[in-house]
Amino acid sequence: MNILDTIRHEGLREDVPDFGVGDTVKVQVRVREGEKTRLQLFEGVVIDRKGSASEACFTVRKISSGVAVERVFPLHSPNVASIEVSRRGKVRRARLNYLRGLAGKKARIKERVDHKDRTSQAKH
Amino acid sequence: MALKGLIGKKIGMTQVFSEDGTVTPVTVLECGPCPITQVRTAENDGYTAVQLGFGADRKAKRTSKALLGHLAKSGTGPMRVLKEFRVDDIDGLEVGSTVGVDLFEGMDKVRVTGTSKGRGFAGLMKRYNFGGGKATHGSHHHRRAGTIGMCATPSRVFKGHPMAGRYGGKQITVRNLEIVRIDKENNLILVKGAVPGAKNGFVLVQAN
Repeated sequence: MNILDTIRHEGLREDVPDFGVGDTVKVQVRVREGEKTRLQLFEGVVIDRKGSASEACFTVRKISSGVAVERVFPLHSPNVASIEVSRRGKVRRARLNYLRGLAGKKARIKERVDHKDRTSQAKH
Repeated sequence: MALKGLIGKKIGMTQVFSEDGTVTPVTVLECGPCPITQVRTAENDGYTAVQLGFGADRKAKRTSKALLGHLAKSGTGPMRVLKEFRVDDIDGLEVGSTVGVDLFEGMDKVRVTGTSKGRGFAGLMKRYNFGGGKATHGSHHHRRAGTIGMCATPSRVFKGHPMAGRYGGKQITVRNLEIVRIDKENNLILVKGAVPGAKNGFVLVQAN
């Protein structure tokens, strides 16, 4: 590994779950209010993942009281307390920018069923 | 004034997180260890300075015998860069000893000198941030300069008027770059922000 890559790979979080574009995730964000810090939940669909090593980021989109909100999180930021996958999505794009033009039922994403699970279910 | 400068190499840029989660863009510089190849004394040279070397990957057969002989005095092999740094006090600075990044410990800001990326013969929009003309509607004036002066008075173009020409490839110094981290083990300095020049380009890092 070259010098730059060793720095880029320092202090990365190891608890990153296996998640991708189309998945619904629950992100716990540390919010600083004066002296105190508390956790804030941000749950939505991952519409973009970009960058690598310490520069890795992902974008989460959710509809909050009728208004669409998108937030870009640095994957390895200390302010991202935890990431949890709540639903797998079946998508055919690397970036789901088309969701921005859609609303309601059209903005749904099909759930991805793991192929291995399906075969094991068929046996029983 | 003790020695407060080193020769280094630009490795590249990345970003680092601080504990509170803020992201700092950093440039990684590999600095030293630089051997002292010569010491200029007031008796001999009329001023005091030290000459540092950097870049030991130079081949001996590509180095002139005169330079090899000069470097042999300090017991070092061929070097890519030699640079003099003025110092008031040369006590403790001996030929053959090396200086490293621990020099910058305790400092919060440095200045970095490098050679900017050469852009060749560049137009006004790139070189002087001119606005250019209209792109469409048949303007035929896309990246042109516009006017370069007045009419019969003064009936000449003023000296120093911005025009197209060679851009980049010049020595540029950036001051007040914050030191984010010093890695003595790997001879690295991380400074906040950008540094002139391309990757693998040589830079001088000096006290602010």
